[in-house]
Amino acid sequence: MDNRVRILIAKPGLDGHDRGAKFIAKALRDAGYEVIYTGIRQTPESIVETAIQEDVDFVGLSLLSGAHNISFPQVTELLREKGAEDIFVFGGGIIPEDDIPFLREKGVKAIFGPGTTVKQITDFIEEEMAAKKA
Amino acid sequence: MTSRIAKAIIEGNPRLIAKGISTVERGGEAAYELLGEIYGVGKSYILGITGPAGAGKSSLINALIPYLKNNFERIGILAVDPSSPFTGGAILGDRIRMIEHAVDSRIFIRSMASRGHLGGVSAATKDAAKILEAAGFDLIIIETVGVGQDEVEVVGLSDTVVLIQVPGLGDDIQVMKSGIMEIGDVFVINKADREGADRIARYIQSMLEENFSGLGYIPPVVLAQAVNDIGLDTIVEKIIAHRAYIEKSGEIEKRITKRIEDDIESILRFRVESFLKSRLDFDSRLPIWVERIRKGEETPFTLAKKLGGEILPNLMEN
Amino acid sequence: MEKHHDDCHDHNCGQNPDCNAGFIRKKRAFLEAEKARWEQDSVKPLLGKAPERSDLIDYEGNVVERLAIPKDFDCAYEDKLGFPGEYPFTRGVYPTGYRGRLWTMRQYAGFGTAEESNKRYKFLLEQGQTGLSVAFDLPTQIGYDSDHKMSIGEVGKVGVAIDSLEDMETLFAEIPLDKVSTSMTINSTAAVLLAMYIAVGEKQGVSSKELRGTIQNDILKEYIARGTYIYPPRPSMRIITNIFEYCTQHVPKWNTISISGYHIREAGSSAVQEVAFTLADGIEYCKTAISTGLDIDSFAGRLSFFFNSHNDLLEEVAKFRAARRMWAKIIKEQFNAKDPKSMMLRFHTQTAGSTLTAQQPDNNIIRVAIQTLAAVLGGTQSLHTNSRDEALSLPTEDSVRIALRTQQIVASESGAANTIDPLAGSYFVEQLTDKIEAEAFDYIEKIEKLGGMISAIEKGYVQKEIQDSAYKYQRSIESGERIIVGVNKYRVEKEAPKELLKVDPSIRDVQVRKLEALRSRRNNDAVEKHLELLRKAAQSDENLMPHIIDAVREYATIGEISDVLRDVFGEYKEQVIL
Repeated sequence: MDNRVRILIAKPGLDGHDRGAKFIAKALRDAGYEVIYTGIRQTPESIVETAIQEDVDFVGLSLLSGAHNISFPQVTELLREKGAEDIFVFGGGIIPEDDIPFLREKGVKAIFGPGTTVKQITDFIEEEMAAKKA
Repeated sequence: MTSRIAKAIIEGNPRLIAKGISTVERGGEAAYELLGEIYGVGKSYILGITGPAGAGKSSLINALIPYLKNNFERIGILAVDPSSPFTGGAILGDRIRMIEHAVDSRIFIRSMASRGHLGGVSAATKDAAKILEAAGFDLIIIETVGVGQDEVEVVGLSDTVVLIQVPGLGDDIQVMKSGIMEIGDVFVINKADREGADRIARYIQSMLEENFSGLGYIPPVVLAQAVNDIGLDTIVEKIIAHRAYIEKSGEIEKRITKRIEDDIESILRFRVESFLKSRLDFDSRLPIWVERIRKGEETPFTLAKKLGGEILPNLMEN
Repeated sequence: MEKHHDDCHDHNCGQNPDCNAGFIRKKRAFLEAEKARWEQDSVKPLLGKAPERSDLIDYEGNVVERLAIPKDFDCAYEDKLGFPGEYPFTRGVYPTGYRGRLWTMRQYAGFGTAEESNKRYKFLLEQGQTGLSVAFDLPTQIGYDSDHKMSIGEVGKVGVAIDSLEDMETLFAEIPLDKVSTSMTINSTAAVLLAMYIAVGEKQGVSSKELRGTIQNDILKEYIARGTYIYPPRPSMRIITNIFEYCTQHVPKWNTISISGYHIREAGSSAVQEVAFTLADGIEYCKTAISTGLDIDSFAGRLSFFFNSHNDLLEEVAKFRAARRMWAKIIKEQFNAKDPKSMMLRFHTQTAGSTLTAQQPDNNIIRVAIQTLAAVLGGTQSLHTNSRDEALSLPTEDSVRIALRTQQIVASESGAANTIDPLAGSYFVEQLTDKIEAEAFDYIEKIEKLGGMISAIEKGYVQKEIQDSAYKYQRSIESGERIIVGVNKYRVEKEAPKELLKVDPSIRDVQVRKLEALRSRRNNDAVEKHLELLRKAAQSDENLMPHIIDAVREYATIGEISDVLRDVFGEYKEQVIL
């Protein structure tokens, strides 16, 4: 059985700073995952359709422009509408700690702030995958 | 009796189509069951798009979609990218060039990693195409990893193969020598605004005329610029023309027959293998056998005879 | 016997013992041997007892040289260094350096509404800032009105929302445009914002000929590193040259482009790549402008640059000096300029945002101080210093004040600004300057071979180089090979709570209402008419600026103007190579 974790890395909204997203995409590839990276300026509709067609296990959203309180819930809500809430969403970028409870309430499973290591993200992924199986 | 997922796939539910593709990618019993349920459902035309890295395969597919939509109702695209031989991971980056079609309900795009499979596609690509076929896509496009002498598996999977070249990507002669000339049904010179495009087109054309003279079909060469929307309607014309040719000439029957033969062989092999493995309790006994062979008590041949005798009497006679 | 002259630069000359170069060659060989001896006799024994640290790496991960010794002995001075204000400008572009006038202290700001930004500008001017720097929100930068679907969540977040001339008038209310110099960080929609600035000046009774400032207007780096592009490269270059032409005639004191390396660096490039790709962009702009018939000396003098000031103080100083020398050579030798002003690389600097840490944010004050010193010792013409809390949010008033004070302390208390190019002659800095120049020229040559910068970008070459650098750098932090204080070493368990600026989320609603009111008030026929004229101009090769100004005067919105151009030019699709 060839079971591999598939992850979508996406940048919603107008923010064009993709250094972090590209780094994470590559790092996750190096960790053995299959990563679909769709570039900047994605709409929530496009992100969710992509997540569904690619049957990803996770969607990682990167945003540095401060629009996360709007953009991230747009994605989680649309996933729920389409019956795809088993796809877990995590986020990164410039996200003040104060906003994290709100985002988690809206369905974002984890927020990885500045200083996050790749290991923290892969640990999270492995934990969630193990929980899914159980 | 069809399972819920098979039913949903046949109804065209995108989420379950995607899950179905994941199931066949994972392989094993579940894949086998699902493929059994949907076998023979639907009828797709399969277009293979191949060419070296940098030829612009994804951009070309992206640009062709509006034109293909005039001839086909629903289009499924399988884009294959290489997995890292070291980590097993992959960056699947073809989709980004087709992103504008992500929310089009007539289009379904799935990225697949080669997962160590050589041949230009992944081991599950054929099965993924079957899922899309059962889901009612009348055109399936398979985009391969790249092209070289070993990466021509797409030929067996496709009805029409479009081979893309670009000027300036290396020695044209090498390209000819590598044997890929035989696999294209339609040749496209993309980025035709670059220097050398006409020359390489003429070269390929003359080689094709030489190789295929007297036969019923000579593959055409089309100059195109995917990003500038040039040559795309011609490409679609040529694809349709090739389709008409293989249907009229009976060529398509040969291809379908070969595919069914491959199906029989691979499905039978899978069945027999799983049966044998479970009956013989293969996985747990394997280390014991290895030990015995190490110690010189057995060879794999004597082992086979013995095990064969366990379940298939008379099968392993000399 | 023929005596070789003092200006013999043949360093292999050794035939004639009276030859100056021969002397130099012997001296250098002697010192090299001495250095080897020193390493053997003094260093090696010590290494046995006390080995050197393991984090002696530069940005690219290479081990830094232990000790620089003289290699050139003065005879190359005139060629390589020269004097401030004279070719090749290595030591600076002005003869009196900062002794005549300090660099402009120009803090980038702008957030939320035009009213709030106006208040912040007045505050900064009162605190002693000498130039204005405007930050625009992403919809404004990408040509979307605040009520567009793509603007949801983005309005007023990273800068001020400007939908029409009305917002611009509010932004500069009671700020006399003939008394300030304004830098606008705007690229794809630079023509529109400049047009609005000109129109505001008109209303204040200030002629466009008096306006001073800069528009960033550097589209090439958007494709490489920043992402606020709209149209494909070639039509974007056309807009830029239209702006050059228009300003040469009508806004002669305006800096029409700020060719930027800052963002390239922030995307993870090395110092060499920052210089190389920025100057390569500059070369592309010059080539394009010349191809439209402009003479190099008619516009090159108004080109300005924008660099990053990163952590490695010595490398940064060397980088700035190398950049000046390189640009002077390029403009003189490749473009045959006659006017020395064309050869001067004038630049604005911003301290490196990507070096700021969210952990222990007060540490960032020190980082910014070091980066400030680097920029000043490197001879920058203007400087923005980041605030300590910018890894987390837009800065509070207190944080911004400290950032400004940093510049003021360096200016008045450190002595760094009292003599010109003080680090010249440092063996290490001069060797580093030479090295950066050589490696950057290698890159530029490679890019020329690829067909120029636009080709290189279309092929993804530049982006890949930067990504590889960024990846390596980040890996070195994660492995611990590179120490970042507070992040992978010297951490604290519990961080103190931070006072952060919060942007009012209802700004979008405010802007949407303003737009509704505007659209009902203005002369919509006039707007239609001018948009149509703009469309026709875009389809021909007329200069777009006069039409944009006309449209702006009638309160056409930035979205309406940008959409006309989107129709004609199309939209750029990202070239992603991972």
